[in-house]
Amino acid sequence: MPQRHVVAAAGEIAAGGRKLVNVAGREIGIFNVAGDYYALANRCPHEGGSLCEGFVTGIARSDGPNDYRMERKGEFLRCPWHGWEFDIRTGQSWCDPQSVRIRQFAVKVEHGEDLVKGPYVAETFEVKLDGDYLVIEV
Amino acid sequence: MNAPLRETKAAQRLMIVDCDIHPIQRSPADLHPFLAMRWREHMATFGNHVRQGLSERIMWPRMMASGQRADAYPKEGGPPGSSYELMRDQHLDPNGVEHGMLIALSKGGMEERNQDYAAALMSAVNDWQVECWVKRDARLRAGVVIVADDPESAVKEIYKRAQQKEFSQIILSPRSAEPLGRRRFWPIFAAAEETGFPLGLHPAAHPGGAPSTGAGWPTYYMQEHFTFGTASESLAVSLVMEGVFERFPRLKIAMIESGFSWAPTLAWRMDSIFERMHKEVPHLKRRPSEYMRDHFWFATQPIEEPEKPQHLIDIFEWIGWDKIIFSSDYPHWDFDDPRYAISVKISDEHRAMIFRDNAKALYGLD
Amino acid sequence: MKLPGTGAIDCDVHIAMPPVKALLPFMSDYWQDQIVTRFIDRSSFAMTSYPPRSPLTGRADWREKSGASLPGSTPEHLRSQLLDPFGVDIAICHALHGGMALFNEDMGAEFCSAVNRWVAAEWLDREPRLRASILVHAQNPQLAVEEIERCAGDKRFVAVLLPVMGDSPLGRRIYWPIYEAAQKHGLSIAAHAGSTYRNPPTGVGWTSYQIEDYVSQSAAFQNLIVSFMAEGLFRKFPDITLVCLESGFTWMPTLLWRCAKTWRGVRAEVPWIDRNPAQIVRERVKLSLRPFDAPEDPAIIARIFEQIDCPEMLVFSTDYPHWQFDGEDALPDGLPSSLVGKILIDNPLAAFPRLREEKFDAPSLEKEAAP
Repeated sequence: MPQRHVVAAAGEIAAGGRKLVNVAGREIGIFNVAGDYYALANRCPHEGGSLCEGFVTGIARSDGPNDYRMERKGEFLRCPWHGWEFDIRTGQSWCDPQSVRIRQFAVKVEHGEDLVKGPYVAETFEVKLDGDYLVIEV
Repeated sequence: MNAPLRETKAAQRLMIVDCDIHPIQRSPADLHPFLAMRWREHMATFGNHVRQGLSERIMWPRMMASGQRADAYPKEGGPPGSSYELMRDQHLDPNGVEHGMLIALSKGGMEERNQDYAAALMSAVNDWQVECWVKRDARLRAGVVIVADDPESAVKEIYKRAQQKEFSQIILSPRSAEPLGRRRFWPIFAAAEETGFPLGLHPAAHPGGAPSTGAGWPTYYMQEHFTFGTASESLAVSLVMEGVFERFPRLKIAMIESGFSWAPTLAWRMDSIFERMHKEVPHLKRRPSEYMRDHFWFATQPIEEPEKPQHLIDIFEWIGWDKIIFSSDYPHWDFDDPRYAISVKISDEHRAMIFRDNAKALYGLD
Repeated sequence: MKLPGTGAIDCDVHIAMPPVKALLPFMSDYWQDQIVTRFIDRSSFAMTSYPPRSPLTGRADWREKSGASLPGSTPEHLRSQLLDPFGVDIAICHALHGGMALFNEDMGAEFCSAVNRWVAAEWLDREPRLRASILVHAQNPQLAVEEIERCAGDKRFVAVLLPVMGDSPLGRRIYWPIYEAAQKHGLSIAAHAGSTYRNPPTGVGWTSYQIEDYVSQSAAFQNLIVSFMAEGLFRKFPDITLVCLESGFTWMPTLLWRCAKTWRGVRAEVPWIDRNPAQIVRERVKLSLRPFDAPEDPAIIARIFEQIDCPEMLVFSTDYPHWQFDGEDALPDGLPSSLVGKILIDNPLAAFPRLREEKFDAPSLEKEAAP
């Protein structure tokens, strides 16, 4: 039975930022991409690198030699080991979108008042009635 | 290709020998205790005198975090590989490293043109490995870094270090001034054979004089990275064709971070040409592939990732399961995690050989 | 294994290079004078890569007993030793003339041009089954382009010939005018084993033995393909096919795996590579059958083909008169039978688009044209 885990206060993770949380024994990275929140397993599907230690960046595109464009700034994650690039919004690998993706978890922003009706798990901080919180189900 | 979410328990239980771990000085001053004042001053005043246009870095800027695991930079500063504690906590302990073979590429004089300075660095780096690494953690094993282009000093250093139990092999740059099979290097092979040290060949960043391809210098890091394999092929050809293994039948060569999937096809290629050209190399008494089979070991990193993982098995079969040794290359960017590096299913027996037993036999580890 | 029938397209055939005197009629007054008064015609232009008497350079039974001439010296040799007995429909010859190694780029270009004129007059005009590549002096791409433009009207020239090891890796932008001209005229790029020795032949320096240099050609071809890939040449010139001659092919799996793997990590350095490099190589690169570097075990050979996973990649070559096989066994044992037809005919036609053009009356290229 999946449980709701309160992992952060909304506003705690700035746009472009990230937070590593531990939920039910799993390391999960919460990313804020221009106001949208995404939760990704903190391990690269390739060899297991800790993705939260990687770079949040854009994707380099080109129409040919000597043409360089950075696109979709802040929407990609580069693994700190082998540099594999992943779309934070989908978890998909840029090079192998069909067969390689990071495990994703749904993130919701919920109001404290609704949350306290339970059930929920918040191990590290207190949920206040008037706050907004990031909640993931695992 | 997706690694399982849970960690593979069997692999974790197996204690491993990691044949490629890179320690580095936090700053060159770390070597001061092991250098005479004259060379400390030289280091400060003249610095590196190398065979390329930039003295402190290679000229194809690497990709990921200067070629390092981005998560391996010590909090207190310094480059990845400069903190023993981080290496221990990030790699040696969690990955079950029973023995870790140190490959000290930096500041060991391999790339230095001033031969006296090179010899001083060589000796300093060897002292530093013992004092700052092996004495702190007995799992680690030092490699005698030598300057191949100065065989006389190299041989002295080999015999000196053979007296110290911390050393398990000789490390030299494959990118010497000439292909390593040529006779000027044979005193080194004689010393290796006599001391029983295998020769560990690991590509060094700095060129020894030749462009990294036969057609000249590549443009991009992607190309330069590829030449680790092709240059190593040429090196193997040199050792075989010069007759090194006829003269030194007990010599053992560990090819580290050099790739390995090229080895079977290179051996076949040498055999097929040898059939026609053997009169040019009458000092060879056996087919080239036989020298390859008997004298070469291959470290796994960077592991091949064929589209069909099963093809990796073909390569292991053709090289020989007893000649494959695991290496991680910690803390460099193309690090292989021992739990996931070999994604194809292999038997427990083969796993034990690759991850532990072959290296123990090669290096005479307990 | 013998060829199953006639009609093969042999993509790598060598004709013996003539004495310099034979090239004089194809040179300008100025260069004729230079050649003669400097005694340039009195010593050989043999290339270090191919010592004329080396066992590999000429199969023993194709050499004249007297040793008076090199194998492949006349169209009659070619007919009686290769074209007729093996039922070859089309043979593409490559003139590995030492002129390409000269440092004086004007003289080098003149030699290349003279060789091309000589090939047209002495070979193509005399044997309709022959095609040729255009020899250029790549050190000066502008002069190379002029030569390509001069020859391109003659459809019997089907490729531009470059040694796999020259001044710089062939993917570099300095060479792009050559590829632009080649693409414009539907010519393939034929990279042939060998070196002008501008650089040591290996990444670890100068070797001792010929046999080492020859083995290391496979490393050179790998680096050539990686150079084309990293420089974005396959994208910049979408119609160019890179044909690697005297390349062998059993080294290809390593290249495919390594390119695909490295690309995932360094893609941002070369963002014009917009899909798996292994796939690009499979679509754009051809390798020649010889030398055949594999054991005779058909199971191993089958595995190598499975690893390469590209029935379109290999093109047939005898490498005549080089000693790559004995007797009539032009095909290596163990070659998967399903691939034989492709290797002998379909893949060569794909490798050299000019071969697909309609049969033509051989135009005699400036036959009178010794300027």
